[in-house]
Amino acid sequence: MNLFDFFRERKKQSSASIAKERLQIIVAHERGQRSAPDYLPDLQKELIEVIRKYVNIDNDQVQVVLEDQGNCSILELNVTLPDR
Amino acid sequence: MAKILVVTSGKGGVGKTTTSAAIGTGLALRGHKTVVVDFDVGLRNLDLIMGCERRVVYDFVNVIQGDATLGQALIKDKRLENLYVLAASQTRDKDALSAEGVGRVMDELRESFEYIICDSPAGIEKGAHLAMYFADEAVVVTNPEVSSVRDSDRMLGLLASKSRRAENGEEPIKEHLLLTRYSPDRVNKGEMLGVEDVEEILAIRLLGVIPESQSVLKASNQGIPVILDEQSDAGQAYSDAVERLLGKETPHRFLDVHKKGFLQRLFGGRE
Ligand SMILES: Nc1ncnc2c1ncn2[C@@H]1O[C@H](COP(=O)(O)OP(=O)(O)OP(=O)(O)O)[C@@H](O)[C@H]1O
Ligand SMILES: [Mg+2]
Repeated sequence: MNLFDFFRERKKQSSASIAKERLQIIVAHERGQRSAPDYLPDLQKELIEVIRKYVNIDNDQVQVVLEDQGNCSILELNVTLPDR
Repeated sequence: MAKILVVTSGKGGVGKTTTSAAIGTGLALRGHKTVVVDFDVGLRNLDLIMGCERRVVYDFVNVIQGDATLGQALIKDKRLENLYVLAASQTRDKDALSAEGVGRVMDELRESFEYIICDSPAGIEKGAHLAMYFADEAVVVTNPEVSSVRDSDRMLGLLASKSRRAENGEEPIKEHLLLTRYSPDRVNKGEMLGVEDVEEILAIRLLGVIPESQSVLKASNQGIPVILDEQSDAGQAYSDAVERLLGKETPHRFLDVHKKGFLQRLFGGRE
């Protein structure tokens, strides 16, 4: 796809609807972070350090998500291990 | 029972002061004793928009620090019987407002006013926090533009978690969305977020839509709140918003592009 095609693709969608889509995604993401408990970032940092003792990983290879399930919460830990 | 209403936004320059002056004046016009309080310490501007800048002797910080009584600091509006202004201080000391001090002044204002309108500074720092902390209701002023909408959502999060009501586990602050600087023709062309889009994202009750209007600058030039310009679209839209704030249902106006005149349609004139 050349540059010309790129702009033509974009042109089909109005800039207002692009704005709306981007807002929906970022607002949902930020609301999730807002409801997370204060200790979550620290927890994530310490988990990364523990895992690093054994495998070399980047910060963005560990995801800690706390999901609210009504009467309990589920802590989900997602670690992407590098190729061996 | 007195009501404290904060006009807030997160983002700067979206129309909080214009709105505070309009809503305060609109409530007073309808017979409610109202005071509009400027929380923008260091950047006092409400006095200019209300047209009372030359009558400021004592300000909010003077009252908090005990250098003046509320009676001395309140400025009575020249046009309306029920309307008062409490000016912000021009001090550069960011800590001039304290939670305890603001709480004391709010309690005292509650005794003699029906509505206390708090004009918040931009941002989410101390001044903005204190402006919303004691509120019963909030008008979240938003422009149809990405950064304003995102900041409004951020502010809604703070209203729900960091206010006195939230901390005391009381009924939450009642939130209202006021969409300002709205251009129906740009929305039609797909260049601007529409009112439904913003409502869908923020998911709070729509208090009103104020069109982008030349009457706002004209009003601020003269120090007359735009709601007093009854001929103007923005003035009428603010009047509708005040009616809704008082619980009346009125249809939203100024959402559509002006109908083209017969001749314009005949000859296909674009503007
Ligand atoms: N509906 C409108 N149509 C046209 N101009 C407007 C409208 N509403 C506000 N403005 C203009 O936008 C500018 C900012 O307005 P205002 O001072 O009320 O915003 P603010 O949110 O209080 O700003 P700050 O964050 O600095 O306190 C002013 O020049 C004002 O005249
Ligand atoms: Mg202002």
